[in-house]
Amino acid sequence: MISTGNSGEKIPIWRDARFWRVALQIALLATLAIAGSWLVGNFLRQGKEFNFGFLWKQAGFNIGETLVPYQTNDLYGWALFVGFLNSLRLILVGLVLTTVIGVVAGIASFSSNWLLQKISQVYVEVVRNTPLLLQIFFWYFAVLFSFSTGANVTNVLGTLAISKKGMVIPWPSGTPTSWLAFVALFVGAIAAILVWRWRIKLMGELGASGKPQSIALIGLGILSLLIFLFGLGWQFPVIDAAGTSVEGGLRLSLEYVGMLVALAFYTGAFIAEIVRAGIQSVSKGQWEAAQALGIQQGLSMRLVVLPQALRVIIPSLNSQYINLTKNSSLALAIGYPDIFSTSQTILNQTGRAVEVILIILLTYLAVDLLISALMNQLNNLVQLRER
Amino acid sequence: MTTTSPPSFSTRPDVAQIGAIAWVRKHLFSGWFNSLVTVVLGSLLIRSIVGFIGWATTTAQWKVIPENLPLYFVGQFPADQYWRIWALLWMLSALSGLTWGNLSQNVPHLFNRTVLIWVGILAVIFVLAPTPLPYRLLLLVTLGLVLTGAWAGRYLSQSLPSFGLGLAIAWGLSFFIMLWLMAGGFGLKPVSTTAWGGLLLTLFMSVVSIVLCFPLGVALALGRQSTLPVVRLLSTVYIEVVRGVPLIALLFIGAVMLPFFLPGNVRLDLVLRAIFGLTLFSAAYLAENVRGGLQSIPRGQAEASSALGLNTPLTLGLIVLPQALKVAIPSIVGQFISLVQDTTLVSIIGLSDLMRISRAVLANPLYIGRYAEVYLFIGVIFWVLCYAMSWGSRQLEARLRTTN
Repeated sequence: MISTGNSGEKIPIWRDARFWRVALQIALLATLAIAGSWLVGNFLRQGKEFNFGFLWKQAGFNIGETLVPYQTNDLYGWALFVGFLNSLRLILVGLVLTTVIGVVAGIASFSSNWLLQKISQVYVEVVRNTPLLLQIFFWYFAVLFSFSTGANVTNVLGTLAISKKGMVIPWPSGTPTSWLAFVALFVGAIAAILVWRWRIKLMGELGASGKPQSIALIGLGILSLLIFLFGLGWQFPVIDAAGTSVEGGLRLSLEYVGMLVALAFYTGAFIAEIVRAGIQSVSKGQWEAAQALGIQQGLSMRLVVLPQALRVIIPSLNSQYINLTKNSSLALAIGYPDIFSTSQTILNQTGRAVEVILIILLTYLAVDLLISALMNQLNNLVQLRER
Repeated sequence: MTTTSPPSFSTRPDVAQIGAIAWVRKHLFSGWFNSLVTVVLGSLLIRSIVGFIGWATTTAQWKVIPENLPLYFVGQFPADQYWRIWALLWMLSALSGLTWGNLSQNVPHLFNRTVLIWVGILAVIFVLAPTPLPYRLLLLVTLGLVLTGAWAGRYLSQSLPSFGLGLAIAWGLSFFIMLWLMAGGFGLKPVSTTAWGGLLLTLFMSVVSIVLCFPLGVALALGRQSTLPVVRLLSTVYIEVVRGVPLIALLFIGAVMLPFFLPGNVRLDLVLRAIFGLTLFSAAYLAENVRGGLQSIPRGQAEASSALGLNTPLTLGLIVLPQALKVAIPSIVGQFISLVQDTTLVSIIGLSDLMRISRAVLANPLYIGRYAEVYLFIGVIFWVLCYAMSWGSRQLEARLRTTN
C-alpha cells in the first residue's frame, strides 16, 4: 500500500518552515532592539541630551549671501532656513542648466558632423571619469580665480565683469516699467501658445491654410523680441575708472557660480548619456517611416522620435536630478552657505550633532521625495496609453 | 511611337566617394549648417588647444608636481619605511601579472602588438619620469614584474589545473599582507593611520569599501525581495533612506555622530569611520543594481530549482545569484567607479587623501596659485583609474557574453 504522506504525524518544530520564518523575524527584531538600546544607552550615559531647543537660540555667525534678510543675531532656526533657500537657489537653477547642457550634448552625439560628435564624446568621457569635488575645485580655483588678479575687475566679452568678489551679469532693472514688460512677455507667451493650438485645430479640422494665424504669431514674436530687448531695461555692469568696483547688473558670488557650473557640467554628462541611450532605444524603423511619410529631419525628431525616447529617458533623469540635489551639499567645500554648510557651523557651535544631522537628513529626503513625485507624474504623462 | 531621348552623359567630373577629401566633405561640410558648425567649433578648438599649449609651456610652473611626488602618492608615510610601500607595489604587480596570465591562458599570443605598444609607452614614461634615477629603476622593475608574472601565470595555468583557485587564495592573503605592510606591528615599525595619505589612502579606502559593500549590497537586495515582511520592510527603509541623503552627510554621521553612540572609552580610527560611511552608502546603491539583476531572472528558474529539490540558500547561490550578478555587472562596476570618485569626499572630514594632500601642497607659500597644474595632474590620475575600470568592465562583459 502506498503511503499518502505523513498527515497523521506531527513534524518536529525545528523542521517546520513556518516556525523558522517567524522565529527569524523575531530574532532579527530582538537583535535590533538590543543593539538600539545599547547605542542609545551609550549616548545618554555620556550626558548628551536630545532636544531641538537650540533652534530658538541666537546664532552668532554671519552668512555670506542670503536671499532674505538675515542679521548676525537671528535665531539658529532662521539661519537654517536661509541656508535652505540658498540650496534651493542652487538646485533649481542647476536643474534647468544641466538639463539644457545634457540634452544638447546628447543630441550632438547623433550629429552628422564628426567634430560635434567627437567633442560631445570627449566631454562625456572626461567629465564622467573625474570626481565632482575635483571639478568643483578646478572651476572655482583654476578657472574663476584666474580671470582677475588682486582687486581688479576684468571685463569678459563686454558683458560680464568678474573679480574675486563675484561675477556681475547683466540683469533687468527692477523698475515698474521692466516689471510691466515682464508681465507683458508672460501674457504674450500664453497668447502665442493659444494661437498656435488654434492654428493646428483650424488646419486639422477645417483644412484651412493657417496663414492668418502664422502672421499673428510672427507679429507676436517680433513684438516680444522688441519688449525683451528694450522693455526689460537691461543693466549692464559698468566698471569704474579705477577698475575696482562695478555698478549695475546682478552680482553672483564666485562660490555660487563655481558650484553651479561644476554641478551643471558634471550632471550634464550623465544626462547626455541618458538622452543618447533614450534616442538609441527608438528603433530605426521609426526614423525611416517618418522619412517615407515626407516628414523632415527636425520635425521627425520632435514629433516621432523624442516622445518615444522620453519614455526611456525620464526614469533615469529622475535619479540624475536627485544626484544633483545631493551633490549640491558639496558647497561646503568652497564655502557657499547652503543648508549643509550652515548646519555644520551650527553643529560646531552648539555641539548638537544628532539633532542637526537629523534635520539635514529630513530636509534632503523631503526634497528628493518631492522631485521624485514630480518626475513620476511626468513619467505617467509620457507612458503608453494602453487599452 | 514613343520617342526616347538619348542617354545623357554627365559632363561634370565624378565626385569622389572614397578617400580623405570625400570623408571631410561627408562628415564635416555636408551642408551649410554643418559647415558653419565645423568652422565655428574648429576655430574655437584650435584657439583653445594653442592657448593651452602656450600656457602649459610658458606660464605654468610644473615643478609643483615632481617636488611633491612622495606626498601625492603616499602622503606622510615615514620616508625610512618607503621600502614597505615598494614591497606592497611589487607584491600587487606580481599578483596582477599572474592573474593576467591566468585570464589569457587560452589566447594564442600573450604579448601581441597592442600589449607591446602599451608596454613600450609605459616604459618610455617611466624612463622619462621627473623622479630621481633609483625610483625610475624601481618603476621599471615593477613593469618587469608584471610581464614576468603574466608569462609565468600563463605557463602555470596551463600546467596546473587548480592554479586559479590558488591565485584567488593568494589575493585574499595579500589583503592581510597589505594591512601588515601599511600598519606595521609583528616585527615592522608601526605606522599610524594618520600617516597614510595620498593615492595610497585613496586606493586602500576604495578597495576596502568595494570589498565590504558587495556582500552587504547583495544581502540588502535579497532582503528587499524577501517574503518575510520584517526583513523586507527594514531593507526597503534602509535603501530608500540612504539613497536619499548626500554621502557627505553619512560621512559626517560616521565621523561626528558615531562616537556619541559608542562607549566613552572606545576610540574608532577615522579611516575606519570613513570606510564605514562609504560602505553603507555604496551598499544601498549596489542593492538597487543587484535588484535590477534579480528582477531580470525569470521566475521559472527558481521554480525549476525547487522542483529539483534545492532549498532556498542553494537556489540563490547556485542558480539565481550567478545569473543576476552577470546581468548587473555594468551597473555594479559603474557603482564601483563612483565609489572611487566618492573617496575624494573624505578630504572634507579631515583624512589626507589625494584631494586634501593637493590642497595642503597648494597652501605651501612656494606654490601659491598653482591650482591648474595640481588639479590637472590629479584629474589625470583619477581619469586613468576610472577609465581603466570602465575598460575592464567592458572586457568582462564581452568575455561573459561569449562564454554563455
